[in-house]
Amino acid sequence: MEYAIKTLDLTKKFGDFTAVKSVNLAIKPGEICGFLGPNGAGKSTVMRMLCGILEPSSGSGEILGYDLVQESEAIKKRIGYMSQKFSLYDDLTVAENMEFYAGIYDIPYRQRRVRIQEMLELAQLSGQRRALTSDLSVGFKQRLALACAIISRPEILFLDEPTSGVSPTSRRAFFDIIHDLAQAGTTVIVSTHFMDEAERCHNIAFMLQGYLLAVDTPDRLKEKVIKGIMVRLQLPDPMYWLPRLSAQPWVLEASLHGLFIHVLLANEEAVERLYEITGHNPQRIVPNLEDVFISLAKQKN
Amino acid sequence: MNMNRIAAVLKKEFLQMRRDRMTLALIFMIPLVQLILFGYAIQTEVKHIPTVVFDQSLSSSSRDMLASFSTSGYFDVTNSVNSFQAITEEIDSGKAQVGIVFPPDYNHNLEKGITAPVQVIVDASDNMVANQAIAIANSIGLIKSQQVLTQKMQLSGQPPYDIRVRPWYNPDGITAYYMVPAILGIVVTMTMVIITAVAIVRERERGTLEQLIVTPIKPLELMIGKILPYVVLGYLQITVALLVGVLLFKVPIRGSLLQLYLLTLFFITASLGLGLMISNLAKNQMQAFQMSFFVMLPSILLSGFMFPRLAMPKFIYYLSYTLPLTYYLDIIRGIVLKGIGYQYLMGQVTALLVFSIVMLTISTLKFQKKIA
Ligand SMILES: Nc1ncnc2c1ncn2[C@@H]1O[C@H](COP(=O)(O)OP(=O)(O)OP(=O)(O)O)[C@@H](O)[C@H]1O
Ligand SMILES: [Mg+2]
Repeated sequence: MEYAIKTLDLTKKFGDFTAVKSVNLAIKPGEICGFLGPNGAGKSTVMRMLCGILEPSSGSGEILGYDLVQESEAIKKRIGYMSQKFSLYDDLTVAENMEFYAGIYDIPYRQRRVRIQEMLELAQLSGQRRALTSDLSVGFKQRLALACAIISRPEILFLDEPTSGVSPTSRRAFFDIIHDLAQAGTTVIVSTHFMDEAERCHNIAFMLQGYLLAVDTPDRLKEKVIKGIMVRLQLPDPMYWLPRLSAQPWVLEASLHGLFIHVLLANEEAVERLYEITGHNPQRIVPNLEDVFISLAKQKN
Repeated sequence: MNMNRIAAVLKKEFLQMRRDRMTLALIFMIPLVQLILFGYAIQTEVKHIPTVVFDQSLSSSSRDMLASFSTSGYFDVTNSVNSFQAITEEIDSGKAQVGIVFPPDYNHNLEKGITAPVQVIVDASDNMVANQAIAIANSIGLIKSQQVLTQKMQLSGQPPYDIRVRPWYNPDGITAYYMVPAILGIVVTMTMVIITAVAIVRERERGTLEQLIVTPIKPLELMIGKILPYVVLGYLQITVALLVGVLLFKVPIRGSLLQLYLLTLFFITASLGLGLMISNLAKNQMQAFQMSFFVMLPSILLSGFMFPRLAMPKFIYYLSYTLPLTYYLDIIRGIVLKGIGYQYLMGQVTALLVFSIVMLTISTLKFQKKIA
């Protein structure tokens, strides 16, 4: 099996609205693939189709060699899924939630205790065994959801925005766990809005308005998409400058990143001109994934 | 089917049930409150009807007859008048609801052995009172004439016939006897339908169902695991209701309690099936509640709980055959009041069984491990 996940023109329509448009994906076993894209891009919809809980309107796919539509029950035995909305039982304790899923995945009775302990440790939840789930903080809840999703040791793990609303330290810890799992051979599909998390994925799939714009490693994407010199400027009134810079023929792209304006320029001469009209010294930077995304979105439109 | 998965769902449901104080309280409070409300407040029997008398015979026999009316407890003679006109006025003004008129030749006819009519005028604007008054006046008439006949036969040396009119199975006409078993049926079906309907819809609403349908669980396993705890709950509820009926309303249980519990299983599954059906159709808990009430209403109105089914229009009468409660009322009233055994109730049991199988099959087939 060359690919853990392979899709062909996967499409989902909700009535007249097409949420996912002809998505072709090929993900290798043991890979961490990050889904990136703004709200409503179709990330969750793709994941749900790959999990077999949402029927594609057209197109096909194979998960671990099983047909996405025909063999969805065989797929369900081999995958783990953590939905975007927290979806464990609030009125059960941490251990009870895990025991429930251990039972549902039919983990042999004698192994359950050890398995649950193992997952609790992996998710750093050992101290919370008896805590009621509703009393947990968001970070703990997410880790519990992860622990339940991997209790059956799935071959593929789908994580839909697992770290939204979680502190930066917790987010990093969460991604460390994901890396450990991938190291052990699990294929991980994870959607995120955070660029630092995206940087830690092996491959990134950019989505916009239902289209899959590009799939590649973070570094190659930057190389391929950003053709030019990326500079950063801190100007006193960025909102004033942004449209004026964009209007220059020698500016390929200008976008706002916090207090900074990132400007993509075609050549050295353009760097000079930028300095002349703004009076500020542009600072050369390595483009980040957000720049890549902005470029991709521009190209698409 | 995988027993481990069913066991996991079962355990989870019990754990959640135990923590959900509100549901637990409802399960025990509903039968208590309903029984006490209906059992006491809705006394469909009417007693102490204000009655006016126009006695033109003024004889010992007319006084005797009148005494029979007042000692029955249903008629309170509030006034005695001297004309038809006065009776009409009393009834029109609402001072009396019943008028009794003895004709002048009442005593004379009685002695001669001719039928001696007594006229009973009933204000029929209140249907319930009117029906009751007419029924009771009739039976008093019957009883009295039997007395007279018997006396005559005794005099002529013939053996006395002691024929008494009495309502079967419920000789004292105590409403509670009749109502308590029926209320029990209604309470159980109502709670079972609502609780199961909500149990699945709630998971859908909270998103926990989405997590569940990405697992290898089969719809049937989920259904069984979800339903079984509520069967137990249904039995608990029935036990509470029966205890209240026996202790508070002194309802006698004439038949076998074991048989009642066994046959009740079919009714509980039928109700759960209905609940599951609703959970498949309802989008949220609010809708589930509304749909439950929507299906419960015909049950209460048409099953024979409130109104006798034989008196219903043909269409409604046949419609009532599609309601599980119709059959359960036969079962519970049969066992509790008549003391009959399961042999006489197999038709009802079969009907409930068919209903359960149809509902559960459709619900399980309709339950898709997909999100809409
Ligand atoms: N069940 C549904 N019925 C109708 N429209 C839907 C349904 N599910 C999703 N959509 C629509 O499809 C589009 C894609 O939604 P999706 O949830 O996949 O986006 P997303 O990329 O996951 O966004 P987010 O980052 O907000 O999670 C959205 O416009 C959404 O409104
Ligand atoms: Mg999403």
